[in-house]
Amino acid sequence: MGQKTIRLNGKKRKVSVPDDSQQLLYVLREQLDQQGPKFGCGVAQCGACTVLVDGKIVRSCVTPLSSVADGADVSTLDGLATDDDDDLHPLQRAFLDKQAGQCAFCVNGMVMGALGWLQGRIDTGNRSVPEPREVADYLSGATPESTLNYICRCGSHPRIVEAICAAAGKMVK
Amino acid sequence: MTARVSRRSFLAGGSSLVVGFTLLGGLDRAEAANPNGLLRINPTAPASTTEAWLVLTPGATTVYSGKVELGTGVQTALTQIVAEELRLRMSDVQFVQGDTVLVPSQGFTAGSKTLQQGAVTLRQAAATAYAALLNLAAHYLRVDPSRLVAHEGRFRIAQRETSVSYRKLLRGTNTVLPLNTSAPQVAPVDYRIVGTDADRVDLPAKLTAQFRYTTDVTVPGMLHGRVVRPSGRNANFNSIGNVDRAQAIPGFVRVVQIGNFVGVVATSEWAAARAANPTTGITVSWTPGPALVNEASLPTALRDPANQYKATVELDTGDVDAAFASAAKVYQASYFSPFHMHGAVGASSAVADVRPAPDASGIQATVWSGTQGVNNLRGAISGLLGISAPAVRVLYTEAAGCYGHNGADDAAADAALLSQIVGKPVRVQWTRQNEHGWEPLGPAQAHDMRGVVSGAGITAWMHTIYAATHGSRPSATNAGTLLAGQFIGKLPDPLPSSAGDASGRNSEVTYTFANQRMEAHLVKSFVTTGPTSATPATPLVHLLPRSSSLRSLGGLSNTFANESFFDELALAGGFDPFQLRLDSLTDPRALSVLDAIKPAWRSRPRGGNGVGAGVAYQQYELVNAYVATYVEVAVDAASGKISVQRVVVAHDCGLIINPDGLRHQIEGNVIQGISRTLKEEVHYAGDAITTLLWAAPPGTSAPAYSVIRFNEVPPIETILVDRPDQPVLGAGEPAIGTMAAAIGNAVFAACGARLRTLPMTAERVKAALP
Ligand code: FES
Ligand code: FES
Repeated sequence: MGQKTIRLNGKKRKVSVPDDSQQLLYVLREQLDQQGPKFGCGVAQCGACTVLVDGKIVRSCVTPLSSVADGADVSTLDGLATDDDDDLHPLQRAFLDKQAGQCAFCVNGMVMGALGWLQGRIDTGNRSVPEPREVADYLSGATPESTLNYICRCGSHPRIVEAICAAAGKMVK
Repeated sequence: MTARVSRRSFLAGGSSLVVGFTLLGGLDRAEAANPNGLLRINPTAPASTTEAWLVLTPGATTVYSGKVELGTGVQTALTQIVAEELRLRMSDVQFVQGDTVLVPSQGFTAGSKTLQQGAVTLRQAAATAYAALLNLAAHYLRVDPSRLVAHEGRFRIAQRETSVSYRKLLRGTNTVLPLNTSAPQVAPVDYRIVGTDADRVDLPAKLTAQFRYTTDVTVPGMLHGRVVRPSGRNANFNSIGNVDRAQAIPGFVRVVQIGNFVGVVATSEWAAARAANPTTGITVSWTPGPALVNEASLPTALRDPANQYKATVELDTGDVDAAFASAAKVYQASYFSPFHMHGAVGASSAVADVRPAPDASGIQATVWSGTQGVNNLRGAISGLLGISAPAVRVLYTEAAGCYGHNGADDAAADAALLSQIVGKPVRVQWTRQNEHGWEPLGPAQAHDMRGVVSGAGITAWMHTIYAATHGSRPSATNAGTLLAGQFIGKLPDPLPSSAGDASGRNSEVTYTFANQRMEAHLVKSFVTTGPTSATPATPLVHLLPRSSSLRSLGGLSNTFANESFFDELALAGGFDPFQLRLDSLTDPRALSVLDAIKPAWRSRPRGGNGVGAGVAYQQYELVNAYVATYVEVAVDAASGKISVQRVVVAHDCGLIINPDGLRHQIEGNVIQGISRTLKEEVHYAGDAITTLLWAAPPGTSAPAYSVIRFNEVPPIETILVDRPDQPVLGAGEPAIGTMAAAIGNAVFAACGARLRTLPMTAERVKAALP
């Protein structure tokens, strides 16, 4: 039996699962009604299930609840904007501005992955806006800081990269 | 259905103006329109393939579309058309799509036909409704219609303050109109919304996690199912072990086995996943069956007459034999493409709620699916469950982009079967391995090209294709077209009788060659009842992985062969391949897309030294959109790795409804095309697919089905040729067809290696280097 309190998008939530080897993805979707993180592959290869745990990028499909600290901060796409439409996160706004998504099933991964990455850069004092090439390498898992690949099958890659660069410009300000 | 509503009560049922596109004779398919614009269709009435509805009430303007949004933006484009003709705002128009109760049948959403066909009828329906509203307004304001102008839902008398809203006019109106083919349409010069970059209507909800995809559908009391697939295509069920281990999982409900269909049901998805996993739940043993045609021998096996059931000549102009006989040299080349996946990012899922008896409205089974054809799926599921089709309701819900007939329908069948057995609603989520291992694939295809080139250009051309089926979509009358149906012993439909616009799509060319022949050799996907029979024998024995419709069907492989061989002949004849294309075409629209990429071709890299450029051209399905594509590549001689450096696509698909949406479609085609050209290949061994993931798990070298990564995507320029006076043509598939040949031609220019097999892997490049 696993019982835990997490702070989901800033709000305290209790979860209890019969078996805490259960992956976080299922906890979030089934018990906490989150729709942002998606099941894409279940084996950490696509990014569709990406969430942030204490600011760290996590593939929730392979992250057992047991590995999430009690009281951890979990952020999902569902909680990125407030209810007020005018309060979209710069990443969400940029994805809309660039129309960066066809089916858009994948964008949870790119938005949350970019959020963790950019925020991490800013937090360590790096306020430069990444070049498109750097963003593309990042999303391909081809940078020193990340080997995680993000898959988009519809071919919205150029727009996604543009959107992340544009949002980064806003986030560093 | 609720008690049938009579025509009379339908007309008295509220204030509405309804345009039914094929509603010429009667109202038998419309049962009721309620004030919020919802309409029910009588599912027992015969469905027309062109029918659609537009319903205006004081509260809403609603399009009932049998064509569905597959992630390509058609809902936005269709909304633009309706808003334009009705002088409304985009946000005034709502869209109900893909529901066998609410929406009439429009066949499948496929083949880039949604806008091409849907736009025409919808536009005229909206024009019909507008003309009716205009008359009502003129009557109400007592002026001649010519003095009225409409804007955002309100008619005004020109130069005056007097006005009336649509809302007011619709109150108390009960009219059902047939399509008025002479209702005037907005002239292209007056477009305010069509031709603009209207934002995608669905994206805001998708970016804020509010959008409900198929995988997000939940219904009260819903259980979770997982399926356990056979060890191979021809394996048969033997036994289930470790049931007690599964039973001990909290939330476990039961194991289901009928024939080769095995699944588990539990109260949570996690419990179902554990119960279906052989390391934590049940273990299923299978009796192995015969191997499929050996993968490595596919190029020869497809050409072997023993594996074919039919050969047909589908085009024969001039006298190819005479031209070959009298030629100084007949050039020949053979091409091959492997099996490809759709590879949606989201593994297929579905929800089904099958009851022991029909509810008050006559519905016994409700299914939520990302299918491309709700009506056909309804029929197939009705056969699977033994429930009459009108008692089955299929609701379309958008899944991850599908690009054709993927696992969506099969997942729906899995959910329906499990729900029927446990008597509760069941959601089925396929695993990635289910999807990679069992979705219907785009089939391998082989090509033999022969041609003659002289000082006059290409004078004779013959394309022979060796092709498996591209059309195994659900049939409304055969549950054997669903995977679950086959597992419980039903047979698939017979194989196609021609290559036609499926495996044969774009196998012919639109060049003005004096002599041209296309011959198709149709390959058996399974053992049939005789050497020339297309009908499956019992029991079903697969010879190839199950194949069906994948974006552009045979088009990508056919145009790969055609447009690569065109370059081979051009270069053999001493021609500039770009100029020879111009000289071999007469259609001004064809010439204009080629002209549009001429600046790129003129400033191309010289070739050699590992850098080169190539072009390819096609007119999609020979009569639809025109595409000319220019590609630059760099080839690393040491490793053999190809990287695409730049792509320029010129595209003419008639009237452009949404330029930005169109560019996005073209970009998607280019990127998926590069991926299929350079990386994608389904592998199998024995009778089982072995490429079950996107990448080999760390530390292993397991085969994988890998797709393009972000840092492999080149800059893409799109040149849109707008033809406001021409019909809308689809744009979902035309550009992908040009990609393999344009890349292959560029690789040849870069390093002299002619790649005739997809994917163009580094090993193949090295082997082909001169
Ligand atoms: S679902 Fe977790 S990475 Fe694909
Ligand atoms: S937009 Fe469909 S997978 Fe990325």
